Amino acid sequence: MESSLRGHAHKYGKNVDTDVIIPGKYCNIVDQTELGKHALEGLDPEYVSRMKSGDIIVADTNFGCGSSREVAPIAIKASGTAAVIAKSFARIFYRNALNIGLPIFESAEAVDGIESGDEIELEPASGIVRNLTRGTEYRAAEFPPFMRSLIDAGGLVPYVESRLAAGR
Amino acid sequence: MGMTLTEKILARHAGLPNVEPGQIINAKVDLVLANELSAAVAIGVMRKIKGASKVFDPGKIALVADHFVPAKDAQSASLARLMKDFAAEQKIEHFFDVGRGGIEHVVLPEEGLVAPGELIVGGDSHTCTYGAFGAFATGMGSTDVAAAFVLGEVWLKVPASIKLVYSGTPGPMVYAKDIMLRTVGELGIDGATYRAIEYHGTTVDELSITGRITMANMAIEAGAKNGIFHADANTIAFVKERTERPFVVERADADAAYERVIEIDVSALEPQVACPHTPDNVHPISDVTRDDLRVDQVFIGSCTNGYIDDLRVVAKILDGKQIAPNLRVIVNPGSQKVWMQAADEGILTTLAAAGCAVNTPGCGACFGGHMGTLGDGERAISTTNRNYVGRMGSPKAEIFLASPATCAASAITGRITDPRVLELVSS
Repeated sequence: MESSLRGHAHKYGKNVDTDVIIPGKYCNIVDQTELGKHALEGLDPEYVSRMKSGDIIVADTNFGCGSSREVAPIAIKASGTAAVIAKSFARIFYRNALNIGLPIFESAEAVDGIESGDEIELEPASGIVRNLTRGTEYRAAEFPPFMRSLIDAGGLVPYVESRLAAGR
Repeated sequence: MGMTLTEKILARHAGLPNVEPGQIINAKVDLVLANELSAAVAIGVMRKIKGASKVFDPGKIALVADHFVPAKDAQSASLARLMKDFAAEQKIEHFFDVGRGGIEHVVLPEEGLVAPGELIVGGDSHTCTYGAFGAFATGMGSTDVAAAFVLGEVWLKVPASIKLVYSGTPGPMVYAKDIMLRTVGELGIDGATYRAIEYHGTTVDELSITGRITMANMAIEAGAKNGIFHADANTIAFVKERTERPFVVERADADAAYERVIEIDVSALEPQVACPHTPDNVHPISDVTRDDLRVDQVFIGSCTNGYIDDLRVVAKILDGKQIAPNLRVIVNPGSQKVWMQAADEGILTTLAAAGCAVNTPGCGACFGGHMGTLGDGERAISTTNRNYVGRMGSPKAEIFLASPATCAASAITGRITDPRVLELVSS
């Protein structure tokens, strides 16, 4: 996984659902750059024009609830967003984010300690979240060992390849 | 310690004597589902997996074109085409194109592709629908689907189970949809996240297969990984009429451990409505009608309520009547078979004569794809499962979720209407 990430926070509320992350009408788009232009459009139509590459989405509980559309984390990643920090994630979004390599951090304390515009530094490997604007530091929940091994292996695709190579 | 119904099914598919919540398992799948949107991404991922030229079993994959079909535009047509070519290349037996299928979750049970005790994963969050048949079924994204295409296995974290025990007989014009909306209202949209919901009680024992489908379908609206019923004689008869494949009917152990047990008495339950903009913003109809809310569109259909039983309820209410002026009513029978049955029973004619637009089966209107998209400032009442901002089109539209009866009653008046009022009028 990448070394540290640094960007400004864009903070949202709870239950940011996949319909606002990438509205259904865009779900037939294959081109990732095009998908990225519509990230969070249903919630904050100005997000993509306002954010700078490397910025970070911060949200309350149940981020990514609703549909299983994998284009939701793909759109966020393609917009240039470096990571999502939330108090909790919806189940399918969580798997999808890990599978496509969008870094996610689960920490209620970090979310409460960050406001929009704060400069944030993240260390994906250790789960450390630093609020450089306020001089605070948090540690996100650790991934369970199996998921950690999937992440370290580079995601689900290399995992499947190793299973195939070993004759399943 | 005994196991819940979900734990029983997961243990057997993982080849383990028992499993417990939190445990990570590798489980064999009996069926992998994808639609043209999730399949297109999954096929792309599969092409990148070194050593993966073939799916694990062409008889255990179902591909259904249902989201942007009949093709909304050239881009949508190419996604459906990509899936069709993949089905041919991989010799996938269960491929359903426009005119031969319908909405995936309506089609698979009809075709005998879902049986008790099975483990099914799909590239659609409403894959949990098959819990109605006593199967473990859960939605996943496309990369997970691609892995399942190739390995015939998935990794899963065993969920803790929430036991919902329903009692009481629902009153007139109160349906499974009302019971499930109330349930989502009680649990909240993240109330069952990472959990299994196990439905119990005398009320659900009496429910039709369609009613159980409606309830299992909306388990995801409380964030659940799956929602599951015990198969009974009705379920087994339904499945045996459609497949000769052997299956194992599992039961939860008497001493199974549940994280929570919630008792819900439906005797005094009114018709329920989920108000904008979350499916857990659920209120009794009498609270909602107080605001005298005019609607622009009524939608009847979807994997939640696009079944023949649902259309019969709607046709009975609309028979010989006209929908309100300045209103549009869109009806999507859930599958080609439902459409044909409704045609045979004269339902389609009844609905068309009342002023409804009857569409070909598909998911389009429900997720704001096409064939019933809402404009700015419009308000809809719908039998679908989600009412998030922008779900059916404009982010400036409002969506109310309700039963087919409540939607049909609202179609007559053009306002959100308690279907029990019609009952009083007609009797």
